[in-house]
Amino acid sequence: MAHTPPQVPEQIASSWQRNSGQVKAWRPGVNQLALVCFILSLLVLLLAWELGARLGLFSQLMPPASQTAVAFWGWISNPFYDYGPNDKGIGWHLLVSLRRVLTGFTLGSLIAVPLGVLIGLSQVASKASDPYIQLLKPVSPLAWLPLGLGLLKSSESTALFVIAITSIWPTLISTKFGVSNVDSTYLDVARSLGASRWRTIWKVILPAAAPNIVSGLRISIGIAWLVIVAAEILVGGTGMGYFVWNEWNNLQITSIISAIIVIGLVGLLLDRLFGLLLYWVSFGRNP
Amino acid sequence: MTVYSQSGSLFPKAAVSTAQLSLRHISRVFPGRNSWADRLLRKTSADFVALSEISLDVTANTFVSIIGPSGCGKSTLLNIIGGLTEPSEGLVLINGQTIHGPGPDRGIVFQNYALMPWMTVAENIRFAVETVHPKLPLAEQKNTVQKYINLVGLRGAERKHPHELSGGMRQRVGLARALAIDPQILLMDEPFGALDALTRGFLQDEIERIWEQQRKTVILITHSIEEALLLSDRIVMMTRGPAAKIAQILEVPFPRPRHRDKISEHPAYRELKVEMERHLLRETRAVEESRIRASV
Repeated sequence: MAHTPPQVPEQIASSWQRNSGQVKAWRPGVNQLALVCFILSLLVLLLAWELGARLGLFSQLMPPASQTAVAFWGWISNPFYDYGPNDKGIGWHLLVSLRRVLTGFTLGSLIAVPLGVLIGLSQVASKASDPYIQLLKPVSPLAWLPLGLGLLKSSESTALFVIAITSIWPTLISTKFGVSNVDSTYLDVARSLGASRWRTIWKVILPAAAPNIVSGLRISIGIAWLVIVAAEILVGGTGMGYFVWNEWNNLQITSIISAIIVIGLVGLLLDRLFGLLLYWVSFGRNP
Repeated sequence: MTVYSQSGSLFPKAAVSTAQLSLRHISRVFPGRNSWADRLLRKTSADFVALSEISLDVTANTFVSIIGPSGCGKSTLLNIIGGLTEPSEGLVLINGQTIHGPGPDRGIVFQNYALMPWMTVAENIRFAVETVHPKLPLAEQKNTVQKYINLVGLRGAERKHPHELSGGMRQRVGLARALAIDPQILLMDEPFGALDALTRGFLQDEIERIWEQQRKTVILITHSIEEALLLSDRIVMMTRGPAAKIAQILEVPFPRPRHRDKISEHPAYRELKVEMERHLLRETRAVEESRIRASV
């Protein structure tokens, strides 16, 4: 097939010909450019940190970046050592925190998802429960901590209790929203076929609301991971929060920064896992 | 001359007819806001009469199209026949029995396909079969599903999810789902409205082919004159809303099986087409003019 080039003005045409003569010029895409910017800014930050600490521009406590990097490598290259209750590898603390978060999150979700479905299905229940949700949602989970200690009389159960309470609200609200906003055409299909209420809930409403439910769970686990560190600082004993506080008492700033990076990476991983789950239940819909 | 008009309200109320589907004096009013709270806030609005006094008899195994200007309440009428919307007044009878709500005697093909995104093609159809016949053995359910997948030409796409299909293929699934419950009456609400012209023509031919195999009673809502002429035995033309009525019913005499290129050679084709164009143009113009007046 004959290909006729479009009419272009002289000037543009000449530059076009000049370019087309070359072998495909390499042009960085958005991703490559962003990566370069990220690496450059990281290098600048690390350099400023290193120099600032060495020249004593910050507080006396602040270690230089190189020293922190060595300490970080020390922590993550041997995460599972155990020299008594006050000297354990960071891996043990991480596992304890993860276990607490997952247990508390599961407990909270087991309450939030069914309750959210129930509330979402009934307008009356939705409106009746709204004052509770609106009142309790903005309360910092740590405010529940003394209540938990008083009621449960155990620091371990209190941590789980706080995480469970934390995990409830985003999941509950998102589940309720998803269930009460199912596309009415899906419901029309079920109705036109004469599907029972139970079958409609199980086969239509729950899968239709699944992206919202998982979005709620994703926010919940993110907040739970935020809160566990604070809760463990207060409750003590083991866990990443305890580790951070213990290292503060030792004035080991390098360890604290190492812990911050580990906490961040694990939080990122949890978020990505739920992002994957969200993709799995969405089937091409935008949640 | 096969074109004649009849006023819907001439049907006697108590007549016992042989019609499979009868609409008796159907009206649909969407109530306005007139509670004391609305009056206090000065947010009252008048009742909106969408449909008024629609009466229609459809004999078994005929293909009926309902055509009218946009916003005339065609879809509302179909939802009333489907049992998804209650009429404000009047009755819908199927084989002489008043219907209350939806039922598997009517299969609905939805305008926007309404496929469950989380189910595969086969699962979408099996959902319908299993809902209507919960006690049917699994093997037979699967046979039925496969039969209708083959009928609409989707063999090989059984395990795909709707988001992996084109619009035309999605509506084939919608059609297969409606047919798989073996309804007496098939209701189609502008089934090809969201498709491009080529796909639409292709699917219209498919509907014609399938209808030759399974002569069900069909009610098709459309705004395409060519589509109505290609597929229908009778064309119900509605007036503009509010208070839309049946203006005229046309009989389409073309022999079957029909072919897109052949029917335009039929002597009645031009006359029917001109008749419909004139009606739709007149009604649409009136709608536009009333909108312009309302916006001033």
